[in-house]
Formats: sequence, C-alpha cells, structure tokens
Amino acid sequence: MKGALQIEPRNRHSYYLMLRLKLWWNAWKEFGSKLVRHPTALFGAVVIMIFILMAIFAPYLAPYGPDEGTLDNRLLAPAWMEGGTSAHIFGGDELGRDLLSRIIYGIRISLLVGFVTVGISVTLGILFGVIAGYYRGWFDNIVSRFGDLLLAFPFLIFAIGMMAATGPGFGNLVFALTFKGWVEFFRLVRGEMLSEKTKEYVEAAKITGQRNFAIMVSEVLPNIIHSVIVLATLRMGFMIIMEASLSYLGLGIQDQAAWGSMIKAGKDYMMNAWWISTFPGLFLLTLVLAINMLGEGLRDILDPRLRTDQ
Amino acid sequence: MRFVKILERVLIAIPIMLGVAIIVFMFMRLTPGDPVDLMMGDSGSVTQEEEEALREEFNLDKPLYVQMGYFLSGMARGDLGNSFTRRQPVADIIWQTLPATIELALAATVLALLIAMPIGIISAVRQYSVLDRVAMGGSFLGISMPNFWLGIVLILIFAVKLKMFPVAGRIDYGMELHYTTGFYVIDSILTGNWPAFVSSVKHLFLPAVTLGAAMAAIVARVIRSSMLEVLRQDYVILARAKGLNEFRVVVKHALRNALIPTVTVVGIQIGVLLGGNMIVETVFGWPGLGRLAVDAIFSRDYPLVQGVVMIYALTYVIANLVVDVLYTYINPKISL
Repeated sequence: MKGALQIEPRNRHSYYLMLRLKLWWNAWKEFGSKLVRHPTALFGAVVIMIFILMAIFAPYLAPYGPDEGTLDNRLLAPAWMEGGTSAHIFGGDELGRDLLSRIIYGIRISLLVGFVTVGISVTLGILFGVIAGYYRGWFDNIVSRFGDLLLAFPFLIFAIGMMAATGPGFGNLVFALTFKGWVEFFRLVRGEMLSEKTKEYVEAAKITGQRNFAIMVSEVLPNIIHSVIVLATLRMGFMIIMEASLSYLGLGIQDQAAWGSMIKAGKDYMMNAWWISTFPGLFLLTLVLAINMLGEGLRDILDPRLRTDQ
Repeated sequence: MRFVKILERVLIAIPIMLGVAIIVFMFMRLTPGDPVDLMMGDSGSVTQEEEEALREEFNLDKPLYVQMGYFLSGMARGDLGNSFTRRQPVADIIWQTLPATIELALAATVLALLIAMPIGIISAVRQYSVLDRVAMGGSFLGISMPNFWLGIVLILIFAVKLKMFPVAGRIDYGMELHYTTGFYVIDSILTGNWPAFVSSVKHLFLPAVTLGAAMAAIVARVIRSSMLEVLRQDYVILARAKGLNEFRVVVKHALRNALIPTVTVVGIQIGVLLGGNMIVETVFGWPGLGRLAVDAIFSRDYPLVQGVVMIYALTYVIANLVVDVLYTYINPKISL
C-alpha cells in the first residue's frame, strides 16, 4: 500500500499540523460563503464593521471633540432646520456641544461595554459550565444553585441595585452586568456538556488515555462553541441596551459621551429640542438591530438545530 | 406523581426567595451613603441626639446580623418594615402603587397579544409574502428597540407634536375620580364617569404601547414559527384533505396546538415586562412600583427597596413556576 498516507515518522507532526490548518481554513471558507449568501447576517455584519471603524477612527471622523462646545450653540437646531448650520449637522446639545461628534464618540462606549461584558460572561460561563457539566458533584451543585438565585431577579432590577451600591462608572457597570450575565452561558455550556459527555467520541478519547482537561478543551469544547457564539452575539445587543438603560437612569456612564446619558439629557428639552434624544437613540437602535440580525444569521449558519423556521 | 413534583417546585422556590432576601439586604447595606444623612436633608440643624433617636427608631444602630434578623422575621410575618423617607409601612406603600403597575402591565400584555396574534398567524399562513416579510422586519425592530427611547419618541410625536395624548401621569390634573379598586380605567367605568374614563385610557395608551412593543415582537415571532411547524403536521393536512375551510383549519386545528410554546413565552415575557416597567414608568411619570423602586434606590430607603425588590422577585419566581406547571399540563411529554 503506497500512497499519501505513508509519512516519514519525523514529518508526522508537521503533517498533522498542516491537516489541521487546512481543515480550519476550509471551515472558515465555508462559513464565509454561507455568511455572504445570508442577506440578514451579511447586512448585520457590514453595519457592525462600519460602527467598529467609526469607533476606532472617532477622533478623525468627529468634526469636534466630545466635550468641546460653546453656549452659543446651545440647543442649536440640526442643519436642515431653521437656524441650523452645516457646521453642526445634528445640531447642538443642552451645553452647546456638537451632537454628531458626541454620537460618534458614544459608539466607543456602547461597543466596549458590549464586547467586554459579553467577553467576561462567556469566559466565566465556559469555565464554570465545562467543569460543572464534566465533573458534576459539589461544584456543579453550588454554582447551579447560585445561578438559580441570580435568575430570580429581573436583569435590570439587579443591575440597578448593583449600580446603586457601587456607584456609576465603566468598571462598576461591567461588574454589575457580568455578575448576572455569565449565568446564561453557564447553563448553556453545562447543558451541552452533559449531553456531549455521553457521546461515543468522548468515550473513545477516554479509552485512548487522554486527560480529562484535554478531552474538555480539545474534544468537547469545539463541538459546543457554535451555540455559545450565537448566544454571545444575541446577548451583546442586550448588554448594550442595558448600559444605555442604566445610563438613562443616571446610574451608568456619566462622565463620557454615552448614548443613554445623552437621551436622558435630551428628555428635559423635549419641548424645544427634540433632536438631542432622537439621534443618539437612532444610532443605538441601528447598532442593536445590526447585532441581532447578525446573531439570528449566525444561528441559521452555525446552529441549524435552533432554526426557528424553515 | 405530578402533584408531588409541583409541590417540589414550590418548595424549591422558598430557599430561592430566602436567598433573594439576603442578597437584597446585603446589597443595600453595602451601598455607600448614610440613609440618616439623606433623611436629614440639607437642613444641617439636626442635633446629635435627634440623629441617634432616628437611628434607634429604624434599628440602624444595631449590628448587621440583628438588623437582618429583624428583617427576615418581619417578612415571615408579612411585615416589611417602615419606609425611611415616607414614614409609612412599606406594605401600605406597595399596596397603594400596585394597581397602577398592574393596570399598565395588563394593558401592555393585552395590547401586545392583540397585535401579535393576528400578525403571527397571518405571517405563518402566508409565509414569505410581503406581509410576512414586513411583519418579521417590524418584529426585529421591536426586539432591538430600547424601550426608554421608544417612549420618548412616542411622546415627541403623539404628545408634543400632535397633542393626541398627554405627556405623563395617569389622569388629567384636577379630575375627580372615586377610587375603589385603584385601577383608574375600571374605577371610571364603575362610577360611570365618562370624562375620567377617556382621560385615563388616553394616559394609559402610550406607556402601554412602549411597554408592550417588545413583547408583541417576540410573541408574533413565536406564534409564527410554531404555526409553521403545526401547519406541516399530518392532522392539519388531513383536516385540509377533508375539505374543511381554511379558516377552520387554521384556527381550530392549528392555532390551538401552536399556542403551547406561546404560553411559555408570554410567561417569560412577564418577567421582562417587570424589568421594563421601571424604565417605562420613569419615562412617563407613571406612579407605579417601578418608579417607586428607582426613587427608593436613589434615596437609600432600605426597607422600601427591600420590599419592592422582594415583590418583583416573588412575581418573577411565581411566573416561572406557573409556566413550568402549565407546560407539563399542556405537554405531558415534558417532566418537571
């Protein structure tokens, strides 16, 4: 039997590495082609990319700094309205700052909150979920019960309570949102772990003498990561709305240009300056919509079991 | 057997509520800011003795575990303590604000279902039609909509610009209404007070739309997807083959089965509604539990916060419990 499978022993390692890379590359290629053929997901992805680029290049894109303004421009109307100027397209806010510039800088906060809170929640959820689902026992019991306890609170009430206890600010906000945010990922990973554990490939890996840790990380995790990615995307939109809601209540981020705080400030000037609340909210809606569209698309592409319709 | 399982679920809820109580208690105590300072306000003319008397009145001079003991034993007797800021029993305050919150939540739920049911059904029956696509796009928008912003935009358009609805409150200022149930819409009907009825419905409309929008969006999607699944089942095909008219097939044969997942989702959404009402009540100045909670948190009114959050958590736990139990009755294949 002569053929490609006969490899020199000393080359075997690099051969397997190449094979892995190839498989990995093919998986990405397949994912890419599916994404391109899914209009909802593609639209979401493109809009998110635009927002990310705007956040990165905010100092170059924004015509003014987020905090610079003169009282002459206080409640200045948008450019297309009477009294507006093209120098301030969306007009000025209650302190005479350029609304467009503040909105562009606000993208940074929303995206940062989304990525950081979901990132930490996913990490904790996977860590606890994998261990609890694989070993069960006392660890599973304690973490699961604690999770049940946290789930007894509506999310916003819990976050408001936490923010009231710790005070406003970015770090406290992330802490408050992740304190409860990890539970959903934990439950997802734990559940998947429980069902994967009984499958044959895990048994096979055990028989070949792999360590528990290796089985968890290199055998089981790749099989459940898809559902985690889908949930993570959908939760990101939720977290961004949570941040905006807390900032709206005056409990979130106050010292920087955050959309929620801007909407709150605008509410007091509803009667004569409708634009202050309207435009930041429009951007918030667009971003969350795009994230949700991407999330739904990813669900169709990565996790066909969860499809809601066919 | 089923009864035992339900009892088990109810019993599990008790330690959860106890845990909730302890967490809430600890939270408020960890909060920086002294409630006595806040109660005294800016007057600055309070003597040391008066301050100490106040601390003693509210047991704030005792160690934490004693305070917790008072709190937990009081709660077991149904006594939630006295509010710091209002000098009234917490239970009374909650009792007074509860009707406003329930009225709003019910109106939002009814509105959401009235919109979502027909849209979900038609979208499923006419899958991929223009209406289906528009409706699903709209529901996507509803799910992604931050409700405080939706509230503000609705106020801007319908209250400020078009002057069709009032900006805030439950009823026109100065309007007389004899309160019996605390539900203004019902009270006005009971007393035959027509102007009060119109006024309270008008006040209720925008907040209910704001609060119900996300629920409508989610319920419409769930009804659509479960209808799609049911419409492919053999018994629906059989019903059609028998020559029943389409309306009967859809409503009598398909819809009844498609409602199973909907019940669950509506139950879960009640929990979401509870979170949302804090925001919506704040935006619309609606004097309910949500606004009470936000005010109490800001004024460090420990007993009031504890009481309100306990009510929230209790409702949430009960809603989940009811959904679980209902679900086993509707679908016996699922065990608790």
